[in-house]
Amino acid sequence: MRKTRYTAAAIAAVTALTLSACGGGDDDAAGSSGASGEAGGESVRIGIKFDQPGLGFDEGGSYSGFDVDVARYVANELGYTDEQIDFVESPSANRENMLANDQVDMIFATYSITDTRKETVDFAGPYFIAGQDLLVPTDSDITGPEDLEGRNLCSVTGSTSAEQIKEQYPGVQLVEQPGYAECVTAMGGGQIDAVTTDDIILAGLAAQDANAGQYRVVGNTFSEERYGVGLPPGSDRCEDINAAITQMIESGAWEEALAANTEGADYSYNEDLNPPEPEPCA
Amino acid sequence: MENYLSLFETYDVPAAFWVNIQLSFWAALWALVLGTVLALFRISPIRSLQWFGAAYVNIFRNTPLTIILAFGFLGLFSVMQVSLAGDLNVSLFRIAILGLSLYHAAFVCEAIRSGVNTVPLGQAEAARAIGLGFLPAARLIILPQAFRGAIAPLGNVLIALIKNSTVAAAGSVATESSSLMKTMIEFRSDLVIPIFLTFALGFVILIIPIGLLTTWASRKLAVAR
Amino acid sequence: MSAQQVLFDAPGPRTRRTILIFNILGVLIALALLAWIVSALADRGQLAASMWTPFLQARTWEFFILPGLLNTLKAAGIAIVTSVAFGLLFGVGRLSHLAPIRWVAGTVVEFLRAVPVLLMMIFFWLALGRSGAVEPQNAPLIAVILALTLYNGSVIAELVRSGVHGLPKGQREAGMAIGLTRNQSLRNIEVPQALIAMLPALISQFVVILKDSALGYIITYPELLQYTRRLGVGEGNVIPSLLVAAAIFILINFALSTLATRMSSLLSFRTRTRKRAAEDVVVMDAAST
Repeated sequence: MRKTRYTAAAIAAVTALTLSACGGGDDDAAGSSGASGEAGGESVRIGIKFDQPGLGFDEGGSYSGFDVDVARYVANELGYTDEQIDFVESPSANRENMLANDQVDMIFATYSITDTRKETVDFAGPYFIAGQDLLVPTDSDITGPEDLEGRNLCSVTGSTSAEQIKEQYPGVQLVEQPGYAECVTAMGGGQIDAVTTDDIILAGLAAQDANAGQYRVVGNTFSEERYGVGLPPGSDRCEDINAAITQMIESGAWEEALAANTEGADYSYNEDLNPPEPEPCA
Repeated sequence: MENYLSLFETYDVPAAFWVNIQLSFWAALWALVLGTVLALFRISPIRSLQWFGAAYVNIFRNTPLTIILAFGFLGLFSVMQVSLAGDLNVSLFRIAILGLSLYHAAFVCEAIRSGVNTVPLGQAEAARAIGLGFLPAARLIILPQAFRGAIAPLGNVLIALIKNSTVAAAGSVATESSSLMKTMIEFRSDLVIPIFLTFALGFVILIIPIGLLTTWASRKLAVAR
Repeated sequence: MSAQQVLFDAPGPRTRRTILIFNILGVLIALALLAWIVSALADRGQLAASMWTPFLQARTWEFFILPGLLNTLKAAGIAIVTSVAFGLLFGVGRLSHLAPIRWVAGTVVEFLRAVPVLLMMIFFWLALGRSGAVEPQNAPLIAVILALTLYNGSVIAELVRSGVHGLPKGQREAGMAIGLTRNQSLRNIEVPQALIAMLPALISQFVVILKDSALGYIITYPELLQYTRRLGVGEGNVIPSLLVAAAIFILINFALSTLATRMSSLLSFRTRTRKRAAEDVVVMDAAST
């Protein structure tokens, strides 16, 4: 008697577990706005950063930043309403794979146009030109990349900033992290002397509430990063996107978006280079 | 075929595996030491140590390794400012080893405990009868037999550890083999399957002999009763 | 049962004193360790109220923790079901009296058990995405489930095999005696009994599946760890977020582990002779990630 009861209880437990597991599998729509958007032709899946304040940032159910605004504008010009846009997180290290995988239709994620990347993906744009810079603690004596020799530097896996440092300043101790937030956390502890990436990203990080007053951007840019719209290889959208970007710049919406998103951050963009002229499509 | 061979000129696959082997070797060593101490705690007469051992095992066994390794960089290295070497990347490599050791020590502890369970009661009673206290009895009588009884489960922990060394990618060791495989597929997606099979085979070659060896050793060294 | 209780005598007055001293020492060392961790965290302001108040807001749970947890449970839940199915299929395959089936099932299981789950995940993610065989935005989820299924299914296949091997021979003989074929006896008599014997080990394997689902983080599957990272970035409390994610995993897994231990002691009278075989397997594979 006892035996059967225990067995029954055991089996019931496993069944319950299995059932709840199935239940979990069925309700697909809820909560997974991150990776699985609507399939089918109606919506457009746009890869952005979720962790770069001022550029692409997850506010909890809604997204903000300059990349997001440009993405919205371009998508609207392409004929999508705001409701038809699914924003998907695309970390630096996975951008090429996500495009090649067709996980996203386009990427607006501080994505610099480079020749290496052009081998695997297509680009439209650029829609902004930034420059690589350094973020350091407020009291740091670092004034440029020359001061980095023998110091600890942090950047993000798969970013041009990391590649550049490895090539041009081999004496720097570089650690690569999945996102800039990890870098800033490490710098907060004093284990890292500087974080490097594009000035506009750094300005957004420095202006974040949690970091206010602790860090400053050096302001000595040493590269030209042309932010493009990443597209799956062989995409036919490049011309239309370029037209949309030009339209955005001419209408003044570009300027407005940039001002709104850098408000409060100690940042002014390079006016010689911006606003940029989109390159002809390949 | 030529296409495939050209991969090895561009990418240093053996070097990536060597990173995994180094990670596994050091982590195995530390996990064995720490795991043995924890097992001693758990079978000791001292309540607080028993409790500590149990708490340790329950926490580390139930946390995803990914989180432990991420915490190694963010918590231990960044916030608590633990640095294990002057060189940044050496320091992070050692922190990854530490994370792997802490995690697998919980399993080593349980493996040794299961080994202790194979030692007949009479052995402990006999040890007491000749006047040995806890530590001498553990060192001279129980543990030697327990280790021999625990070879198979310990071997399995070692196998899991070697495979888990790929997760060190989450702990800032970007030179290990799963990271390299990702890069290789990204640039040579025409060879997805051969690339995967190369890495998979590498692990099979590392792991199958260990499995065979520990099975053989556990039979050979089993205490005849 | 174990040497635990007999390793030491009922303590006399002197030993009791020694034990007391060591007890105090143990507590002190544990407290010192804890104090070091707490003070190191507090020094960097990680224990400041502002780091932790976000967890009192509904928004944090609604947009970050719960969606992440749901995705984790979704991947793990589906993988549990498919792993059990895979395990039953290949476990029975390894017990087949047809040598080729046994051989194929054996090779597949041994191969899959030797390949790191993370390698399989990365491979399926990139291969599936590029082949266009699945909806691209589902590639991460499917890759997580496939990798978890192939690895854990293989472990479960081994559990089934060792469970059936642990049964008394009389079971099969009795089955044959009432006119069942070998396959019928395997399906209707042996495997069901083995399943009950292996229940604790099976549940431990579910813990492994749940833990390994956190690897989905590396291949852009938005599971709990991914979401808590986003939360930490937004609120500037990366460490507290990581700790909360860890606590959630520990809580769920601890409940499952406790269930497994309970069940194994409840079932021990049924499976007394076969317990050891199953126990080895638990210890071995629970270590995966």
